Amino acid sequence: MEARKSTLKLILFTFGMFGFGFALVPLYDVFCDITGLNGKVTGPTITTYDQEISSREVKITFVTSNNKQMPWSFKSSSPQMKVETGQDYLMDFTFTNTTDKPMIAQAVPSVSPGRGARYFHKTECFCFEQQFLAAGESITIPVKFIIDPELPADISSLALGYTLFDVTEEFANLQAKN
Amino acid sequence: MSAVIDSHHDDHHHGPAKGFSRWLYTTNHKDIGSMYLWFSLVMLFIGGAMAMVIRAELFEPGSQIVSPEFYNQMVTNHGLIMVFGVIMPAFVGFANWMIPMQIGAPDMALPRLNNLSFWILPVAFGILLSTFFMEGGAPNFGWTFYAPLSTEYAPPTVTFFIFSVHIMGASSIMGSINIITTILNMRAPGMTLMKMPLFVWSWFITAYLLIAVMPVLAGAVTMMLMDIHAGTSFFKAGGGGDPVLFQHIFWFFGHPEVYIMILPAFGIVSHIIETFSRKPIFGYSSMVYAIASIALLSFVVWAHHMFTVGMPIAGELFFMYSTMLIAIPTGVKVFNWLSTMFKGSLTFETPMLFAIAFVALFTIGGLSGIMLAIAPADFQYHDTYFVVAHFHYVLVPGALFSLLAAAYYWIPKWTGKMYDETLGKVHFWMSFISVNLTFFPMHFVGLAGMPRRIPDYAMQFADWNMMVSVGAFLFGISQLLFLFIVLKCIYNGKEATTEVWEGAKDRGFEWTVDSPAPYHTFSSPPSMESLKSSS
Repeated sequence: MEARKSTLKLILFTFGMFGFGFALVPLYDVFCDITGLNGKVTGPTITTYDQEISSREVKITFVTSNNKQMPWSFKSSSPQMKVETGQDYLMDFTFTNTTDKPMIAQAVPSVSPGRGARYFHKTECFCFEQQFLAAGESITIPVKFIIDPELPADISSLALGYTLFDVTEEFANLQAKN
Repeated sequence: MSAVIDSHHDDHHHGPAKGFSRWLYTTNHKDIGSMYLWFSLVMLFIGGAMAMVIRAELFEPGSQIVSPEFYNQMVTNHGLIMVFGVIMPAFVGFANWMIPMQIGAPDMALPRLNNLSFWILPVAFGILLSTFFMEGGAPNFGWTFYAPLSTEYAPPTVTFFIFSVHIMGASSIMGSINIITTILNMRAPGMTLMKMPLFVWSWFITAYLLIAVMPVLAGAVTMMLMDIHAGTSFFKAGGGGDPVLFQHIFWFFGHPEVYIMILPAFGIVSHIIETFSRKPIFGYSSMVYAIASIALLSFVVWAHHMFTVGMPIAGELFFMYSTMLIAIPTGVKVFNWLSTMFKGSLTFETPMLFAIAFVALFTIGGLSGIMLAIAPADFQYHDTYFVVAHFHYVLVPGALFSLLAAAYYWIPKWTGKMYDETLGKVHFWMSFISVNLTFFPMHFVGLAGMPRRIPDYAMQFADWNMMVSVGAFLFGISQLLFLFIVLKCIYNGKEATTEVWEGAKDRGFEWTVDSPAPYHTFSSPPSMESLKSSS
């Protein structure tokens, strides 16, 4: 039964490839993590830099936008700031739930140019968790960040963008449990 | 169809049942092959009608006939039907008919699976086409169904679309497993792998591509399904997912998929060119290695479809160079075909005309492909009509012409009747002229910046677009002539000889059996010695 053997092998291979399709999801994340592609930024990092490393000035631009029909108002307190590499900075972001219903939001960060993403360290960020706001409520939360002195010399400005997503439905269950 | 029924079969060969149940329950590779071919011909006219709507809308600038929403549905379903409903099933139909006959096997290795893999196809396309009559309309997000357009912003019918893609994938996978098992286990004694006919080789490799990437497509649509209905966030940035991931997974499937639609064409064209050049194919083993290397390369070039997505320079360079590498094995094939024709005793019957047009026009499509592979240039070409011109050149005068060539080449063997040579040539010249009239000007408007998938365009593109539309209507009419030629051949053709084409007997087992091919062939395997040019 040679035919049966090859059929079984091929069926196994097919299921393997179906699994591989799903394995691409974590592989993609790992690949982006390692290479810093795609402007993806990593989780909170605790970093301090030796003051002796020569620092330089970098311009940081803050961009906020809302996904789809997300009705909240979402702003940074200043559109841009000049920073020295290797030092801690704070920038305030204000969220306002302009609707008459409680909602949950998630801000997703992205750094541009993508090459600079791995040098943009956020030590504290609201983007690591969801924001729950009652109707009409407003909140101001700072982002704490350090620009790595290793930032390639040809990058003189970075943009930190946040897109605000409405995740009320996705996290409704979680909220109920808490 | 009655022409394939063997009217004077031996007693121990039971003939086909009568009526519809013959087709519903059949496990005969010839019956199933015929059903695949008729199915894809029907789908060609459905998908073609959608193309006619698109070209009618684009005949003049401004909104003409259909709403932009319906136009999007036309563009999406034209693509889906032509790819999954025409080109792929047609090649599977040829595989069913010809692979057992070319390797000297009595049937496919898994005949019942074969029946199943055909009969779920009409179900899949029934589901897809039924979405036109549902609330929200048919899928409208392009045949590449990028998330989140196909998830968060999709019409509610997207679930039916996902289900139908699952069924199409299952059909292709079952068909491919069957083809590989048949080729591995049922070859005539003495037919080593490197003595297999090139059509068998091309399908052997294509079938492996299919079982490698169709499951990945199934995974992608399953993730979409879960994002839509199960609250997961594979492609939702808000939940930690990434829409760009969709494009990577899709094109990991999508690029091998475009070779799935062209590799069997390479096999077909090789057979036709050697028959009508009356010479064995030049560089047989280099042909095999070229097909294999194209197939392997197809797995490492996918991101050239998404140069503008925001990749680092290293990625752009890698995918640019790996894509350009594909030109080498493809060039080997083109020069092998030319060398086969060189100093051959050429005659220009209809299959040969289509095959030569394939070589010339497919090469044009390949060259525009190299232009698109240049990453910095692609930023200009991306999502313009230049891309539309490129892939239509490889799929219409490429894949479709090879299918038409194959139909003319083998139809005397299937039906026992010759097609009308004069009408065949008329069909060829009408198709050849109109296909170029349709797709060549698309290069110009594309380079000038006309975007694809938009139901309107700027005034300066009006003249070329009108010409394109006229060409498209003419091409549509030409294919109705093809249907007429096929029907005329079946019902009113002249008797065909066993050999059909001069000298064909020495080139393949399929030409050693009667015309029409009996319902059962090669109950005992043929001998390789009967083929003179089997070296």
